[in-house]
Amino acid sequence: MAGIIGYGAYMPRNRIKVEEIAKVWGADAPSYKKGLMLREKAVPSPDQDTITMAVEATKHALRRAKIDPKRIGAVYVGSESHPYAVKPSGTVLADAIGATPEVHCADFEFACKAGSEAMFVCMGLADGGAIEYGLAVGADTSQGAPGDALEYSAAAGAAAFIIGKGPGVAKVLTTYAFMTDTPDFWRREHMHYPRHAGRFTGEPAYFKHVLGCAKGLMEKAGAKPADFAYAVFHQPNGKFPMRAGQMLGFKKEQIEPGWLSPTLGNTYSGSSPMGLTATLDVAKPGDRILMVSYGSGAGSDGFIYEVTDRIEEVRDAAPKTRAMLDANKRYIDYGTYAKFRRKIRMGE
Amino acid sequence: MRDVAVIGVGMQKWGELWEKSLRDIFTESALLAIDDAGVDHIDAMYVGCMTSGLFVGQEHLGSVMADYLGVAPIPSVRVESACASGGVAFRQAFIDVASGVHDIVLAGGVEKMNDIDGGGATHALSTAADAEYEVYHGVTFPGLYAMMAVDHMHKYGTTRDQLSHVAVKNHRNGSRNPLAQYPYELTLEQVAGSLLVADPITILDCSPITDGAAAAILCPLDMAKRLSKRPPVKVLASAHATDTIALHSRPDISWLSAVEKAGEKAYKAAGLGPKDISFVEVHDCFTIAEICAIEALGFFERGKGGRGAESGETAVGGRIPVNPSGGLKSKGHPVGATGVAQVLEVVKQLRGECGGRQVKGATIGMTQNMGGVAGSCAVHILGSV
Repeated sequence: MAGIIGYGAYMPRNRIKVEEIAKVWGADAPSYKKGLMLREKAVPSPDQDTITMAVEATKHALRRAKIDPKRIGAVYVGSESHPYAVKPSGTVLADAIGATPEVHCADFEFACKAGSEAMFVCMGLADGGAIEYGLAVGADTSQGAPGDALEYSAAAGAAAFIIGKGPGVAKVLTTYAFMTDTPDFWRREHMHYPRHAGRFTGEPAYFKHVLGCAKGLMEKAGAKPADFAYAVFHQPNGKFPMRAGQMLGFKKEQIEPGWLSPTLGNTYSGSSPMGLTATLDVAKPGDRILMVSYGSGAGSDGFIYEVTDRIEEVRDAAPKTRAMLDANKRYIDYGTYAKFRRKIRMGE
Repeated sequence: MRDVAVIGVGMQKWGELWEKSLRDIFTESALLAIDDAGVDHIDAMYVGCMTSGLFVGQEHLGSVMADYLGVAPIPSVRVESACASGGVAFRQAFIDVASGVHDIVLAGGVEKMNDIDGGGATHALSTAADAEYEVYHGVTFPGLYAMMAVDHMHKYGTTRDQLSHVAVKNHRNGSRNPLAQYPYELTLEQVAGSLLVADPITILDCSPITDGAAAAILCPLDMAKRLSKRPPVKVLASAHATDTIALHSRPDISWLSAVEKAGEKAYKAAGLGPKDISFVEVHDCFTIAEICAIEALGFFERGKGGRGAESGETAVGGRIPVNPSGGLKSKGHPVGATGVAQVLEVVKQLRGECGGRQVKGATIGMTQNMGGVAGSCAVHILGSV
C-alpha cells in the first residue's frame, strides 16, 4: 500500500488568549479554559490564507520527501475556507511548488474532514497506479462568529503530505471511513460565519463518528489501543480528543504528542493532519499510529500508519510542528484580531 | 366524587435524547405506564406539554399522541400551564375519573427541549412569563428567580451556601436515581464556583434543559383494587391555584402565594397538615425555588427555608425529605413532564421501589409543580392504601 513520503505543517505566529476574547464578550474565561481545555489559538495575519499556509506546509513536506515536484500527479487541498468560492486553491498551490502543468487538481470541502479525505484519495490513486505521488493538504483559516463559542477555538494552520508508493516515513496499513447524514454544523453560500447546533455537535456528532470510525478501523485491522504507540483524533477543542481517546481505551501519553489544540485551537481541515505531523516528529521506526479525523455533516476517516526507518533521516529536514507552535509567538489583542480577521466592516 | 387511585406509572431515562422524537418519548413512557398498570385499554388521555410548538414545531398533541400510542379515537387533549402543565394534566385526569365521566385515564407529560439551541430554548421558556411587562423588557427566568433570591437573602439572611446545599442534596438523591439526567454528586464549592448566570444564581443553581416524558394511569379506587397488578396509591387531594403572572405585581416577590394557596387547599381536602407528609417532591427549577416552596407549603417558617438542606432536615432520612428523586435539578426538567414525574416518584416511593433513595416508612407523599414564577401551581397528596 501507499504511504507518507514527506510531511510538513505550518501555523501563523499570531496568538490570541482565551481571556482576551472572553473579556470583550463578558464571558467567563476560566470556564472555557477548564470546560473546553483551550488556552490560546493561532490567528492568521491579513496577508495569510488557506493557500499561503498550504504552500508553507507543502514546502516543509517537500523538504522531507526529497522528490522533484514534477513527479506529483495530484494536488488536493481540503479546506472550508478556500479563498475563492469559484477558482481552485489547488492550482495556485501546484504552480507555487512547480508541479504544473501535468497534474490533477481538486479542492475538497467536508467541514473539518477535508484534509484527511485528500489524504484518503491520494492513497487510493497512488495504490491504483494512476499517480506516482500525490500532495494532500488540510488547511483552514476558520471563522467563528463574534461572541460565538466557536470564536475561542476557530484557528489557522495547515498540514501537507506527499503520498506515494516509494520509500516513505510511514506505511498505511489500514483505512476505514464512517459517515452519516448528521447536520451538526454548516455554512450556506454567502454566509460569513458557520452555524452549529450547540450540544448536538458533541455526543451524536463528534463522538458517534469518531468512536464509530476508530472502533471500525481497529476491528478491520484486528488491533486494540495497546497496539498503538500514538493516537490522533480531530481536535475541535482540547477536551473532545482526550475524552474520545480515553473512552476508546487509549492513555493520555498516547494522545499527548499530537494534542495541539489547547494552544493551537481548531485548525479545522488541518486539525488531525497537523496532530499527525507532530506525532511523526517524535515517533520511532516501527511505531503504529491511529488517526481519526472528523468533519461535520458528518463523517470520520480512519488510518493506521506504521512508521519506517526513514523517519530518522528526514524529520529534521523541516521545522517540527510542536517547536513552531511553542516558539516565535506574537500575542495580539482583540482589536488587532478583529482587524486581521476582517471582523470590522470598513466604510464604502 | 369518586375516590381515585394511581395504578401504573412509566418513565424512561431523561437527558439529551437526540435519537428520539417528541412522540417517541411520550409513547414509550405511556406504554410503560399501561404495562405497569396491567390494563388493556384507556378511556381518555391528558397530555401535559408547555410549548412543543416552539420546541419542535408540533401542536395538537392530543391527536398526535393518541394516534401514535394507538388509542384513537378516545378523547385526548393537551394541557398547558407552562412548567405546571404536567401537574395540571394529572389534575384534569383526576377530575375526569373522580367525576365519573371516564374510568381508566392516562395522565402524561412530555417536552423535547434539545432540538433547538440555547437561545431558542430560553425564548420558548420565557413565554411562561409576562410577555408584555417582563419579557419585552429583557428579563428571563434566571433573572426573575435571581430577584427572588436577592430579596430572600436581604430579608431573611439566606446565604449563598444555603442555595448550594439545595443543589448538593438534590444531586446526592439524583445520583441514586438511574433515570436522572445528571445522576452525579456535586460539592458546595462546585455549585458556588460555577458560571454566574444571574447574580446570585450560578449555572449549577439551575435545572437543566431536558428531553423527557412521564405517564400515570388513574382509575376509581374501587376498580383499582380489582384491576391493579401492583399496590394502588390513592389520590388524597388535588389542588390548583393561580397568582399574578408578573413577579413585580406581587406584594412580596419571594413569597409564592399560589403554592401556599394550592397547599392549603390540598391539606384541607386530605384532612392533613405538613406534619403528616412523609416526603415532598417540589419544583426546584432553581435552588431558591425549593427554599421558597418548602416555606409556602408550611414545612418551614417563612424566611427559614434556607436552613432545610443546610441542616439536613430535607435530606432522605431527615425530618421532611424534599426531592428524593433528585428534583428538577438533578433528574432534569422537561417542563411539561415534570409534574407527572413528581407523581411517579411519589407512587414508586409509596410502593417501596426507590432503592438507595427510598424514604423509609413513607405512607403519604406530596407533589408541588409550578408554572413560571408560580403564576400557577398544582399540588397533589397521595397515600398508600
